[in-house]
Amino acid sequence: MTDATAPAAAPAPRPGHTAGSLLTLDKRTRARNAAEARFRLYGAIAVGIALVALVWLLISIMSGGLSAFRQTMITMPVYLPAEELDEAGNRNPAEMSRVTTLGYARVLDQALIALMAEQGIAIEGLSEDDASDIISQEAAAQLRNRVLANPDLVGTTVESEVLTNGRIDGYFKGRVTMASAELDSNVTPEQLRLADALRANGVLEKRINWAFLTMPDASDQRPEAAGLGVAILGSLYMMLVVLVLSVPIGVAASIYLEEFAPKNRFTDLIEVNIANLAAVPSIVFGILGLAIFINFAGLPQSAPVVGGLVLTLMTIPTIIIATRAALKAVPPSIRDAALGVGASKMQSVFHHVLPLAMPGILTGTIIGLAQALGETAPLLLIGMVAFVRNYPSAPPEGIFDPASALPVQVYNWTQRGDPAFVERASGAIIVLLVFLILMNAVAIILRRRFERRW
Amino acid sequence: MSLSLLLLVVLAIAAAGYVIGRRRAVSASGGDTRVLHSRPGYAGMSVFLFSAVPALLLIMVWLLAQPIIVDGRASALITDNDIPDGSSRGLVMSDVRRVADGLDLLVDSGQLDEDAVRTMRADLSDVRGRMGNVGVALGSSIRPSVFEAAKAYRSMNSVGRIGMSIVAIAVAGAGFAFALRRIEREFRARNVVEHFVKALLILCSLVAVLTTFGIIGSLVFETIHFFQMYPATEFFFGTVWSPRFGGGSDLGILPLVWGTFYISIVALLVAVPIGLLAAIYLSEYATKRVRAFAKPLIEVLAGIPTIVYGLFALITVGPLLRDYFAQPLGIGNSSSSVMTAGIVMGIMIIPFVSSLSDDIINAVPQSLRDGSLGLGATRSETIRQVVLPAALPGVVGAILLAASRAIGETMIVVLGAGAAAKLSLNPFEAMTTVTVKIVSQLTGDTEFASPETLVAFALGLTLFTVTLALNILALYIVRKYREQYE
Repeated sequence: MTDATAPAAAPAPRPGHTAGSLLTLDKRTRARNAAEARFRLYGAIAVGIALVALVWLLISIMSGGLSAFRQTMITMPVYLPAEELDEAGNRNPAEMSRVTTLGYARVLDQALIALMAEQGIAIEGLSEDDASDIISQEAAAQLRNRVLANPDLVGTTVESEVLTNGRIDGYFKGRVTMASAELDSNVTPEQLRLADALRANGVLEKRINWAFLTMPDASDQRPEAAGLGVAILGSLYMMLVVLVLSVPIGVAASIYLEEFAPKNRFTDLIEVNIANLAAVPSIVFGILGLAIFINFAGLPQSAPVVGGLVLTLMTIPTIIIATRAALKAVPPSIRDAALGVGASKMQSVFHHVLPLAMPGILTGTIIGLAQALGETAPLLLIGMVAFVRNYPSAPPEGIFDPASALPVQVYNWTQRGDPAFVERASGAIIVLLVFLILMNAVAIILRRRFERRW
Repeated sequence: MSLSLLLLVVLAIAAAGYVIGRRRAVSASGGDTRVLHSRPGYAGMSVFLFSAVPALLLIMVWLLAQPIIVDGRASALITDNDIPDGSSRGLVMSDVRRVADGLDLLVDSGQLDEDAVRTMRADLSDVRGRMGNVGVALGSSIRPSVFEAAKAYRSMNSVGRIGMSIVAIAVAGAGFAFALRRIEREFRARNVVEHFVKALLILCSLVAVLTTFGIIGSLVFETIHFFQMYPATEFFFGTVWSPRFGGGSDLGILPLVWGTFYISIVALLVAVPIGLLAAIYLSEYATKRVRAFAKPLIEVLAGIPTIVYGLFALITVGPLLRDYFAQPLGIGNSSSSVMTAGIVMGIMIIPFVSSLSDDIINAVPQSLRDGSLGLGATRSETIRQVVLPAALPGVVGAILLAASRAIGETMIVVLGAGAAAKLSLNPFEAMTTVTVKIVSQLTGDTEFASPETLVAFALGLTLFTVTLALNILALYIVRKYREQYE
């Protein structure tokens, strides 16, 4: 049992190491463990910050924009006097169109004053002119369109939903207060009190605002009437152009590069080009569009076709990269089997490889389209910021008509003075994000449903 | 003939070609299609391709070329005397186009017929009033020469349209006849079709190259134009940016480069630590469930359009920084500032840093980790002293890619950074970037004659060169690094 004396021969402990129990940690180990825990915590904090930033971004946009989907309106009976709106008395829309919106505004004013009298609302210090100013200027234009579309309404009393102006709307959404109204030349506290009284009587209320999705943009003074109709159509047309052009070109290019191209300097050049195009700043594509499509080729400004062409050039690299990955994922055995039973190279690709790669290609295409839908900077340069109130006509001719686009409309609204437009801009972003979420959801479903692992 | 009708006609010819070609192949075989070289569908396909593709290409080229030729000819009708003082040829030509559009509308709405247009004279009839009726607003009364140019423009355009239709249909027909005559018993239709399709595939893959040439061509061409009007040394070394649309502007790029650089640095200071630590945590520490939850969510940040970040900077981050940092500290009272744009842009590029770093960290061989852990290192020591040094080149590449994103980003800086070009160190002051100035110089009326607009192309070329260099460098580093462990 001489081994029992071995401890005496054990080497002296290294400095810093106290010979002790393995179960109690020495100072250095504790420090190292603490460093370990700290490092791990930093990592968790970094992930946390990224997630909090995402949530903060979404909440900020949602809280600012959801109110754009509701709009303050007055529901009231409006008498349409024949002697003012149709002097000739023959209900001919062509002659009736001589009455401008000012005439209809008077009609609405009288209706509001009659309503106040009927309900016994009297606000101290509020003139009739000021009272009727709570109605939006756009309301008269809407009433005029309604009457011209249906001249028989003249002489009757119609129940109308009338837009209030942006400040009254802001009052019920918290943008305008009694205190701020004192300082604001566009609204008085008396008008707000009138709005309160109308609301108490149930005449004025916030309603769901479909017009936000369907109506065109409105001028600086009428944020309450501004809508996304033209912008949504414009974006849709651009996506059509992108889809029709970028998918065939992108898929064809990837098939060539992946399946047929010999390895030489020429194909290397193409590959390098595609890799670089994917990283070129989007604004440079805008310059390209302005110089080539508008100045050189003479295509019209603000037209979805130019936007679509520019976005096509930006989307093609994305589609090519996704398609090549999808083609690469199809195992060589498929090609070999097809060639083995006598198919030509072209047949093996088009009859076997391409169908199997289709889910991947579709997913890549949708993601590319979603990117294109949110792209703003290049569209600013090709004149999509223009103020467009007319809906473009149906495609294919409609793609040459001026239109706006969703992201550009957002930018446009942020450049306006009235704070009501900020609400509209956030609302437009919500619409944009809903489209993006839908597209990505489709892409994910396609991937889950059809993706095959070999 | 409208464009869509023409396209339909060409496609109809091609479709008929398919049916007829197929039938011809069947009859050439004498009823037994086994004796043919290819299946009869290929014969039909060859007729389809030969009728449709050349005609469609021709229409495309024609649509691009016609406006250029017509513009040139109409422009030749306007002498220098017709251009009023303070105006330019381009403005007069846009009048010409507007008048021509107005005449089209008048004819369409039935207020004029073609004969009336031909005999109409600007000095005799009230052109402006009539244009107003159809919603074409003209600034001043029209000079006779402008009106004549507009009429010529209009007639040349309609002649061009008709010409295009005739030529396109003729080309489709010729292709049809040519392909149909080739079909016989010995005709190797499949080889022909496959060669044709392959040529189309090559053509499509050239689009990427053409785009690059288009970008470089347009940038370089207009930049040379710009440097003929404005000295290059003043552009590259000038410290004052103050464009004046009357002339006599100072167009020094340095304040813009400084703003771009400053904002990108702030963005990288936000994104690199967060992105890198998040990537380390997710690849080395996180449980499978956390990873499956957090990684896609972080990548959502990359899928959000930049305009959303811009609005976020404008309405949330900017006022917050102003009210709680800049104003209490007394160092600024603008809500758009370098910090605003930098922080928001940093958030945007977190996923670029994190997912690329994640890939690169995962590519470090497990044996390195095992060796280090086996020697008794803790996990954080392994990461800091073994994994990160091994992954460093790749991480640098990822950061360079993120930097090139930051430099080229537009909407966040347009909405968050401001428009004042200055050389300042205070991060709470509004500054501006190259991209913001490209937007502001090129939005609205763009007459490519003054240095104030053309400078945007020089800015664009600078931006393109810098981001391209960064990308090539980054890709080179990443690729080289990948090879190391393969």
